[in-house]
Amino acid sequence: MFDSYRKNSLRYYPDRCINCRRCNQVCPHGVFAEGERTAELARPMECMECGACALNCPVQAIEVQSGVGCAWAMISAAIRGKDMDSGECGCGGEAGSCCGENKEKLSCNCDDK
Amino acid sequence: MTKTDPSSCSCYSSISQSYIPSYSSTTTPTQSQEILTTTGTLTFANWLDHVLARLGVNRMGHRVQPGLYKIGDPTPDSPVLVSANYTLSFDAIRSALTGHDCYILVLDTKGINVWCAAGKGTFGTDELVERIRLTGLASVVQHRTLIVPQLGAPGISAHQVQRQSGFRIDYGPVRARDLPEYLKARKASPDMRRVQFPLMDRLVLTPVELVHAALPTFIAAILLYLLAGPIASFAAIAAVITGTVLFPVLLPFIPTNDFSTKGLILGLLVAIPFAGYSATHAFLSIWANILAGIVPLLLMSVVTAYLALNFTGCTPFTSRTGVRTEIFRYVPMMVIMVGSGIALAILLGILWLVGVI
Repeated sequence: MFDSYRKNSLRYYPDRCINCRRCNQVCPHGVFAEGERTAELARPMECMECGACALNCPVQAIEVQSGVGCAWAMISAAIRGKDMDSGECGCGGEAGSCCGENKEKLSCNCDDK
Repeated sequence: MTKTDPSSCSCYSSISQSYIPSYSSTTTPTQSQEILTTTGTLTFANWLDHVLARLGVNRMGHRVQPGLYKIGDPTPDSPVLVSANYTLSFDAIRSALTGHDCYILVLDTKGINVWCAAGKGTFGTDELVERIRLTGLASVVQHRTLIVPQLGAPGISAHQVQRQSGFRIDYGPVRARDLPEYLKARKASPDMRRVQFPLMDRLVLTPVELVHAALPTFIAAILLYLLAGPIASFAAIAAVITGTVLFPVLLPFIPTNDFSTKGLILGLLVAIPFAGYSATHAFLSIWANILAGIVPLLLMSVVTAYLALNFTGCTPFTSRTGVRTEIFRYVPMMVIMVGSGIALAILLGILWLVGVI
């Protein structure tokens, strides 16, 4: 209770891993740790589903349904009768929005890094 | 000084560009595209631009020209770092590189920061490969290594970039300020690889949150002033400021893990004085007083909880699966709270008008 972040869509298949350590380099939350022969799933609960590990894994040993963890974007999509995961960006508002008109994939976290 | 032919890049087609005019450029005859020059020095104009960006003014207009920049006096062996064409991103990297001789390859991310653009795919494999080609990078440097910010990785497939362009990707640190340390050994410490969300990072996001909520809050405050008086009007403003400013500041210290419950707790705390005021109103019946006290508890906490839930998109750690779980778990409850709060307020108002309480 009060923790909706216990589950996520991250799946790791260590038998495919070639230990290139890319996942360890790209993950901003230390989900993967360096192991002896394969990467180790050290902190799976910390995954924010950004998708960097899966995209940078050359042997598809990682799967994750990447997307935006932004309630604003998801609720807006739901209100407009669209799929919640169609993920139009919440940032920028309507006028001159980066994403309102464009049909580019995914959306963003509003965080200004 | 010739401008790059806009038609040569599909990215230019639909969007009007507003370039920062202060960067000078030189054309070298051997390259297909000019190499632009920049420095690590931030001017007053840059600082002003950052303030406006943080306030959400002209949100999509904080852009620099995409292309290859040199900073210092780079040679064909100097490192190449990749960035986005958002002024805050570009200024962060170039100021961190003060005193270094290197190249910065700026991708066209439509004025969006690295991480958000990576999530969209505009800071992506295709744009990077295309930008390498357009700038003729392969003839500018002898090596074949690019330093890409780690937070760009959700859009970049390193092995695909290498296959398509011949350039190998090294992922640099999360924060631009760690670049000097990273460049010494070309290695990021585990600490450099972890994203943090400290007070300052949370604080700089609050003005935009507040600006976004300002108009509906203003309208609600006026309506409440006319219907229920100045305290009710102030309660609306207090609930919104709690949700947009106090919540981000106190985020790590509020109990529970879900944003909705955190917001609910904080909203209830802030609503207590208003509930107290409301409940001491001179009604005839004790029940009317109790019900009048419940109204601000219901409505203020739900406003704060909803704003808190919407802050998930600003954080660097909430997963889509988790946020979706939160929405399905708490939004129905929020709707019930709003409905019963408004119904209760209307009921009390009618009873008071007809002189029952």
